[in-house]
Amino acid sequence: MIQVIIRFLVGGTVVSAFALMGDVLNPKSFSGLFGAAPSVALATLSLTVATEGPCYAATEARSMIAGATAFFIFASLVSRILMRYQVKALWVTLGAMPLWFAVAVGLWIVALR
Amino acid sequence: MRVRLDISALCQEKWCPYAIRFLFGGFVTAAAGLVAQHYGPVIGGFLLAFPAIFPASATLIEKHEMQRKQEKGMAGAARGRQAASVDAAGSAMGSVGLVLFATIVWRLLPNRRTWAVLGGATVTWAVASALVWQIRSRFRITRIIKQLRQKP
Repeated sequence: MIQVIIRFLVGGTVVSAFALMGDVLNPKSFSGLFGAAPSVALATLSLTVATEGPCYAATEARSMIAGATAFFIFASLVSRILMRYQVKALWVTLGAMPLWFAVAVGLWIVALR
Repeated sequence: MRVRLDISALCQEKWCPYAIRFLFGGFVTAAAGLVAQHYGPVIGGFLLAFPAIFPASATLIEKHEMQRKQEKGMAGAARGRQAASVDAAGSAMGSVGLVLFATIVWRLLPNRRTWAVLGGATVTWAVASALVWQIRSRFRITRIIKQLRQKP
């Protein structure tokens, strides 16, 4: 339980730090880069190396390649939909989440397994 | 296009958006650990690139832009969506760097010092993302100039 709390606090802090960096930078397209910052990865991998070792963390990073590629497709699709259709950002981003999951798992099955 | 630093943006914000992002970030990091514990590092690894704070950030940007336009007496809904769209396009460019980050960590972490690998991978993410952004910005500007020249 203590480990979960530590992960929560470290993760929240790192994610907030990257989000703050994104907030103070302009233009919007540049600050958007911080939406894909490796914040969760940095918090998780550093804690995982300490508890499970570097090989375990490297295996997680391998799966992350599929997740990051899926993120690219997800963000590109969200950007296009918001530019072309009159839909609220919340519904578009939440609606595209299953796509992220499907692409990540699909890529892992096809290329990384 | 030049990158500018605007610290005043922090003063305009209320504490609520920061709290939401802290909660989402903390929740996903804790979930990634729990999922890896139960289903192994392969499944847990997917969550390291999960767009955790993306819906919250996009909604906040849309709301801010909309409010700014409404203060000037305009509807602002379309401008809000455009701002969120531009931010999402930036995140797509950042995810190119995220793929490089993951590849570096995967290949180098078992044989090198952890801090050096994570630090180097983070710098690679920042440089690669900024480079993709710069290339795309120049490409857009060139395209706009071409379109203007073609107009009679």
